[in-house]
Amino acid sequence: MKKAYYIFHKDFSSELRMRFALNALIMFVVVSLSTILFAIGSEKATENVYAGMMWVVVFFSAMSGLSRTFVSEEERGTNLILSLIAHPVNIFLGKFLFNLVLIFFINTIIAILYLTLFSGFVIQNWYSFILAFVLGNIGIATSSTIIAAIIAKANVKGTLYPVLAFPILLPVILMLIEITKSAMVGESISEVQSEFFVLLSYDVVMLTASLMVFDIIWKD
Amino acid sequence: MNNVRLIVSNLRKAFNRRLVFDGVSFTLEKPASIVITGRNGSGKSTLIKILAGVLSTSGGNFFYEVGESKLDSENIYKIIGLVSPYLILYDEFTAFENLHLFSKIRGIKKSNEEIFDLLDQVGLYERRNDLLRTFSSGMKQRMKYASALIHNPTVLLLDEPTSNLDDEGKKFVNKLIQDFKSNKILVVATNEQSDFQFGDSIINLDAYKINSKR
Amino acid sequence: MKSILRITVFVLITLVLILSIVPPIVETPKNFFEFPLIPGLEDKAKIIFFHVPTAWLTVIAYLIAMLYGIRFLKTKDIYNDMKSVSSAALGIVFCFLATLTGSVWAKFTWGSFWHWDPRETSIFILLLIYGAYFALRSALDNEEKRARLSAIYSILAFLTTPFFIFIMPRLMIGLHPGALEIDPTTGQVKASSNPVIKFEMAENMRVVFFLSLTAFTLLFFWLWNLSYRVLRLKYKLQTEMQES
Ligand SMILES: Nc1ncnc2c1ncn2[C@@H]1O[C@H](COP(=O)(O)OP(=O)(O)O)[C@@H](O)[C@H]1O
Ligand SMILES: [Mg+2]
Repeated sequence: MKKAYYIFHKDFSSELRMRFALNALIMFVVVSLSTILFAIGSEKATENVYAGMMWVVVFFSAMSGLSRTFVSEEERGTNLILSLIAHPVNIFLGKFLFNLVLIFFINTIIAILYLTLFSGFVIQNWYSFILAFVLGNIGIATSSTIIAAIIAKANVKGTLYPVLAFPILLPVILMLIEITKSAMVGESISEVQSEFFVLLSYDVVMLTASLMVFDIIWKD
Repeated sequence: MNNVRLIVSNLRKAFNRRLVFDGVSFTLEKPASIVITGRNGSGKSTLIKILAGVLSTSGGNFFYEVGESKLDSENIYKIIGLVSPYLILYDEFTAFENLHLFSKIRGIKKSNEEIFDLLDQVGLYERRNDLLRTFSSGMKQRMKYASALIHNPTVLLLDEPTSNLDDEGKKFVNKLIQDFKSNKILVVATNEQSDFQFGDSIINLDAYKINSKR
Repeated sequence: MKSILRITVFVLITLVLILSIVPPIVETPKNFFEFPLIPGLEDKAKIIFFHVPTAWLTVIAYLIAMLYGIRFLKTKDIYNDMKSVSSAALGIVFCFLATLTGSVWAKFTWGSFWHWDPRETSIFILLLIYGAYFALRSALDNEEKRARLSAIYSILAFLTTPFFIFIMPRLMIGLHPGALEIDPTTGQVKASSNPVIKFEMAENMRVVFFLSLTAFTLLFFWLWNLSYRVLRLKYKLQTEMQES
């Protein structure tokens, strides 16, 4: 676990030194939110639209940011040294941790901007929303990390990423939209119990599966 | 100290349908050394990468035995050190940071002094706080030795060991090779006649191009 | 031996075509060759003989592709990957057919080609997964790596299927048998009242239905075997050319 932390630490300090990636990601969020702002204008949209739009922005931000950890190792050729100093499980966990922190950071920005910019986006049940936010981020980080490991080995990385990730991430996105809608109208958590159950089992299943298959993907 | 063995049997590697080698077999038991030679493209680097556990095989198998037990392929990294032209270290970090990072990620305890000492051995102590991207290729080669030795490996895999090195660097490598040859396990891939003396035995990969599969 | 399968497939498919299209649909069937009328479905009920088998084979093809993918991971035998990819290639064809037959039927029964009902959504996702699988394959030029990574992807994608098959239909409004519906008078969500689920398939329809399922399944296995052999031949030919 500590070894995984140090891999995370390596990626983190490397990211701090070459900050352009993070800046670009934040700009990406700002640009996509502005697009929605222009599209909706002053009209009042339904809960469905607000909740849907929010998680669409999250999905595409994840798709533009979360592949970097693996792709940059592969492109710079440093995956060889990484395989020589760490166990595959720790490599996956380290990269997962990095993506988890990144997605929490980005999604918090998205949520805050969303709440301030869209007057129609009002959360009434905060417990429900935050719980879904946490479980959802874990699920998104897990699947994005394992898919990133796959596409890092492919020739056309950028376009392939959302193509491969979309079907895998769809259950999480759909559940998040459902729960966000219900949190907006102020339903209690028990009303969306089954959605929460799906989110939780998704996280557990995907994390376990990823840990099991990662070394097959990682080895050249 | 445990007995360590490397057992390679009938190893085969092909990229798509192009056979690189087939039927490579040998056993090394500590202390032992072997030189791998062959023309350009004969598969020396490929074999070294396979033995380092970072490249998959297309047939046959190989494993390391520590004491009586077979080492899990995911744990090979713990006992081997690799120096190869394909090895690229993190060039956004300094020499010291790279080594510090490697010891942390490996989970081995190394004091700063120990890392300084290692840097001194490869002659990079003065430049320890410079980013790797500012290093010359010879200095990078020296860094690879430092990274390969930080965990006191039992098996040293060297691919073109002296490339880019000056006389002083070559002397360091020679000493290292003698040490591993007589105390541990050494595998050297090279084309230089003068390096052939490093191995107790020599294997020429040009002789392993015949497909046994059909 | 091979030709027996081919002839059986041909005979069965012909039989199914005749038996499913020719029998008239009447309100009170008297003869064994008359199908009973299902209110709201009429002649359109016959699509079930084609739509369900194609949908079924879409799923079967996926499972086979995944199982041979796993087998490749275990054996590293590239022929397993060829079996896997030939099954997936047929799967994507059947997936198109299922989508096509489904949406044509939907147009005439539910009023438009596409509704995003859970079943429609699932088949669409499956189409996306198949598409992603082939996109991934075409982006990898090392055969071994291609086989390995596409096998892994098929496993990961498979893990999400319980969600689409079991969970989504229960959470969303749908039109297929067994899905939730909106009561037209009260606007409340209620359990299914779809005529097909209430209606016990008539004996003779059921015979044709299972005959069709068998025929299409055999057709699939025949095509699968054929395309696998073509791939294998191509592979051997290329290897020989490279070695000489
Ligand atoms: N990633 C790769 N993809 C396809 N072919 C490769 C790859 N790596 C090496 N090869 C091929 O394998 C053969 C052996 O390469 P290598 O081991 O680097 O040779 P050597 O080190 O003996 O000069 C060469 O024919 C090379 O073209
Ligand atoms: Mg070489």
